[in-house]
Amino acid sequence: MLPFLLRRTFSSVIVIFCVISITFVLARITPGGPFDTDKVVSDQVMKAKLARYHLDGSPWSQYTAYVSAIIQCDLGVSTKYRDWRVSELLRQKLPNSFVLGGLAFVIASCAGVFLGALAAMRKDTWIDHFAMFGSLLSISIPSFISGPFLIAIFALWLGWLPVGGWGTVSQMVLPAICLAAPYIAYVARLMRNSLLDVLKSDFLRTARAKGLSETQAVARHAFKVAILPVITFLGPLAAHLLTGSMIVEVVFNISGAGMIFVNSIQNRDVFVLCGAVIVYCVLLVLFNLLVDVIYTLLDKRIKLYA
Amino acid sequence: MPEAAAPAFIARPDGWQVLKRNRPALIALGFLAVLSLIAMVVPMLLPEALKLTSSESFVPPSKAHFLGTDVNGQDMLYRLLSGARVSLGVGLVGALISLGIGTLYGMISGYAGGRIDGVMMRTVEVLQSVPRILFIMILIAALDDYMKGWIDGWRLAAEKNGWTDLAKDVSKMKAYTKVLVMIVSLGLVEWLTMARIVRGQVLVLREMTFVTASRAMGQSSWGVLRRHLLPNLSTIILTYLTLTIPAVILDESFLSFLGLGIEDPAASWGSLLKDGAQVINPLESKWWLLVFPALLMAASLLALNFLGDGLRDAFDPKSGE
Repeated sequence: MLPFLLRRTFSSVIVIFCVISITFVLARITPGGPFDTDKVVSDQVMKAKLARYHLDGSPWSQYTAYVSAIIQCDLGVSTKYRDWRVSELLRQKLPNSFVLGGLAFVIASCAGVFLGALAAMRKDTWIDHFAMFGSLLSISIPSFISGPFLIAIFALWLGWLPVGGWGTVSQMVLPAICLAAPYIAYVARLMRNSLLDVLKSDFLRTARAKGLSETQAVARHAFKVAILPVITFLGPLAAHLLTGSMIVEVVFNISGAGMIFVNSIQNRDVFVLCGAVIVYCVLLVLFNLLVDVIYTLLDKRIKLYA
Repeated sequence: MPEAAAPAFIARPDGWQVLKRNRPALIALGFLAVLSLIAMVVPMLLPEALKLTSSESFVPPSKAHFLGTDVNGQDMLYRLLSGARVSLGVGLVGALISLGIGTLYGMISGYAGGRIDGVMMRTVEVLQSVPRILFIMILIAALDDYMKGWIDGWRLAAEKNGWTDLAKDVSKMKAYTKVLVMIVSLGLVEWLTMARIVRGQVLVLREMTFVTASRAMGQSSWGVLRRHLLPNLSTIILTYLTLTIPAVILDESFLSFLGLGIEDPAASWGSLLKDGAQVINPLESKWWLLVFPALLMAASLLALNFLGDGLRDAFDPKSGE
């Protein structure tokens, strides 16, 4: 286990390093600097401004300055929001995105597994057809369609829930459902197919032969095996949900990490941009690692080779 | 190396028959064909007056404007169909670019094997662990500024030479550069899955006797790839093309919804939905701005997903049941 973890950590660091490099270079070679939209100033002032953020000089020197700062765990200073450190900005905005993503993750995985298992156990009945058509439908409806409709129906028309904002539980319901909806469908389809495969296997025939009911057989024997492919999917899913809530944040007017990221691109706020990319990448890599570890704990036959 | 003569075609020979019996997939195909035709033809037939901006903004659906008008007083039917044109076009061309890159990359990687294969596949893995949407955004911001700069350069050059008509045309083009930039950026990012699938297939195919035979006859590697492997890969490529198109369309509308993608005067489903979402309020419902783009987009994506699933069931022997 330990050598595996070490090797994976090492390769993850390389991946993150590559990503930071690409991001920084792309952000810096694009025309338009971070201060172009400010009022026009003399060349000298502009140079001084750039120098303050180590954004003057050759691209190579900018890059090395940034990387050496990163190694010292310094994410830099925002060029747009005066006197805000990138780390402070992220610390303030990330929790909202994480709570939203976490809620959506719980909803997506629980509802998805339940619906998928139900569809597989009632294969070719109306429940199955309904669940599978519904999942294809919800995959085809992106959150920027479902979001406004959820608001229009539940907030404006029925008046049950607030339109937007963040803080109270009732404000979290709609965004979490909106974010989770397509992923419920992915999980359900995965769970259904995997459970169907397991239901055909010999050890389940044995379980039935010794007199277990179908529900007992699934709960005691099939479920543990069938859930494995779903767990592989949960890693990327968690990373997606924790980081990919931009649209939902925009639709429901939640001030989270997605918003800073979008703004940082438009403002050419290079340090905030790279900071957000780093956070996203670390999360993605971390969750994939976590999934591999959980995998071995669940299935003793799998050994980890890096 | 297998001793027995292997069939030349890996795909189940009855793939097309499987597809023909899949009614939802056929309906989806029909729907998409009709929609593409309408999106191409109808905007040309609509009267010019409808296409222009007017003072009649936010008119509900009526006889003059079947689907109402938007904030600029433009006819929604026209906006919706030109949006369909852009969205479907970006989806198709973007997916084709990614198909080209992915197929070539996968074929080379799979056929070369060994260390080259290892390096190429590690690269794909690194790229897959990059948050995709972030990269598309950065790429778009970068390419768009370059394109706008070039177009300004052309316009100035045209003006300097006194070609005012050309200068006008060029500045009109500026509104549509985003479409081109989106196509290229999405195409450059979406090819990873395709590359992996094609490589997997090539690994199987290259061990077949017909490949050995054609190499024994002196066919070059490139010739083997083009003449013998590509035809055998065609159905699986078609399948994943159909599944890539909705992914590209989703990404495009995602970005346009955030205001990073297609901009006025060009329209796409994403930008129309953005406009629609901005005007929902409890006092005065302008539902037509939201409902029509939402319905058309959801229906198209559903059709593409049905078709893609159908093709995968028919042609991908490794998938599911």
